[in-house]
Amino acid sequence: MSDPTNTKTPAGTGAVPTFAKGKVVAITSGKGGVGKTFVSANLAAALTRRGLKVLVLDADLGLANLDVVLNLYPKITLHDVFSGKAALDDAIIKAPGGFSVILAGSGLVEYSRLTAEVREDFLKLMATIVPRYDVVLLDTGAGISDVVLFAISLASEILMVATPEPTSLTDAYATIKVLAAQQQRQQIRLVVNQAVRPGDGRNITNQLQQVLNRFLGAPADAATGGKVIRLVHMGDIPSDQSVKDAVMRRQLLLTHAPGSPAALAVAQIAGRLQDTVISPEDRS
Amino acid sequence: MNLEQLQLDRVQALLAQAGQSLPESAGKTDVAFIQSLLDALCELSSRDPLTGLLNRRHFMLSLEREIDRVARAGEPALLLMVDIDHFKGINDTHGHVVGDAAIRAVARVLGDCVRPMDTVARYGGEEFALIFPNCPPAFARVVAERIRQSVEATPVELPGGQVLRLTVSCGGAFAPAWIRSHALAWIERADAQMYLAKAAGRNRVNLEEQPESTVSAEEKRFLFEWKPEPGDMMGAEPST
Repeated sequence: MSDPTNTKTPAGTGAVPTFAKGKVVAITSGKGGVGKTFVSANLAAALTRRGLKVLVLDADLGLANLDVVLNLYPKITLHDVFSGKAALDDAIIKAPGGFSVILAGSGLVEYSRLTAEVREDFLKLMATIVPRYDVVLLDTGAGISDVVLFAISLASEILMVATPEPTSLTDAYATIKVLAAQQQRQQIRLVVNQAVRPGDGRNITNQLQQVLNRFLGAPADAATGGKVIRLVHMGDIPSDQSVKDAVMRRQLLLTHAPGSPAALAVAQIAGRLQDTVISPEDRS
Repeated sequence: MNLEQLQLDRVQALLAQAGQSLPESAGKTDVAFIQSLLDALCELSSRDPLTGLLNRRHFMLSLEREIDRVARAGEPALLLMVDIDHFKGINDTHGHVVGDAAIRAVARVLGDCVRPMDTVARYGGEEFALIFPNCPPAFARVVAERIRQSVEATPVELPGGQVLRLTVSCGGAFAPAWIRSHALAWIERADAQMYLAKAAGRNRVNLEEQPESTVSAEEKRFLFEWKPEPGDMMGAEPST
């Protein structure tokens, strides 16, 4: 990330990009397989139901891509737009939940890290689409590879998905450390998926916060400028058989089982996201 | 089906030229015999005739498969590009027969330096590509250095008693963990490092920097064993 041509949102300067109107929320995780794409799709549907104009930019990095999860068609990608084969509007696909989806296409984000021109195209695209929506959810990949860090650097807010299992928590913690140091992030929002007991998420958030305070919190620590990154617990999604059923049917949980505990939890998280991130001014 | 109708002599000639024998038909059903022929031809089509290493076609398949594995398991995997230094000079000075001998010699060294699970392929010309699954960054440099030093320490004896000393430049890049990367992007990243090694004077190893975040044993202890005191909850915002 020390590439001097990476001018607009260099991950190392702490500059958080702002685009007019819409908010950009990166949905990420420390490791794969914790339900990041499930959360992105259903959160998008829940926010749409709340009357917001929502776009999900699927960075096509993970295992389960949104086009597969939601059975989307046509699959015109940003590749086609950047190479002049399709217009941007043709690449904006309507998803079942009423929100819009843009598929980045295989390898595009990786190339945007490598190639200054593709990166510029990507940043221009963000500047074009973000003002057209209330919120853009950026489904990044998992982990701390430079590709994911580039995708996260495009967002003003980070929503991290983790499960209560130890490997997920360790990887979440490792990722938060990198985001604190490299992008000088001061706040990360946490959603705990597959929560087993009530209070799991809050306990996990507190635990992570305490360890961050202890190990990143020393005022002499130049990496974080002496500031401790703050975790905000956005809610838990309980472990729920209806989630597995919805995924198997390639349906949104909010369509398949709107009254299920997990669907209600997603709706609640969407409400919190709207109140605190997307339109906090309406609330005051 | 009548096996007589198949032009097996052409297959036999091809396999013989590659040093393989035609599979035995005796005691096999026709289907089993044809399957063994197909297996032999598949094996042949995946090998580089000069070195016996995997060829570029098979390498690309292996690379795609490794990308799938890394995306699923998040394990670190290294792609190492190895290029013989000043190879054009060897060809120009000693001729192509010696050039071929040099390529074969390096191929042998590479084969001796890797684990059974690793992939060694001739990528093209004097360039080799190696895939190391489950290779943490800390080991990558050790592995690449071992290859560089082994080539340097293995002189090629030429007919007439002359000895050719070879060196290689190595460039490596890791597949991004948890991500479905792109094969060409991965090759490009490793190649870029190889060219940096060339530009820095050859006979050296260059590995792409990895964003790393290690969690110490003490941090893990606090993550999983230590319980915050009641009222000791400052920091995390309550989810109201």
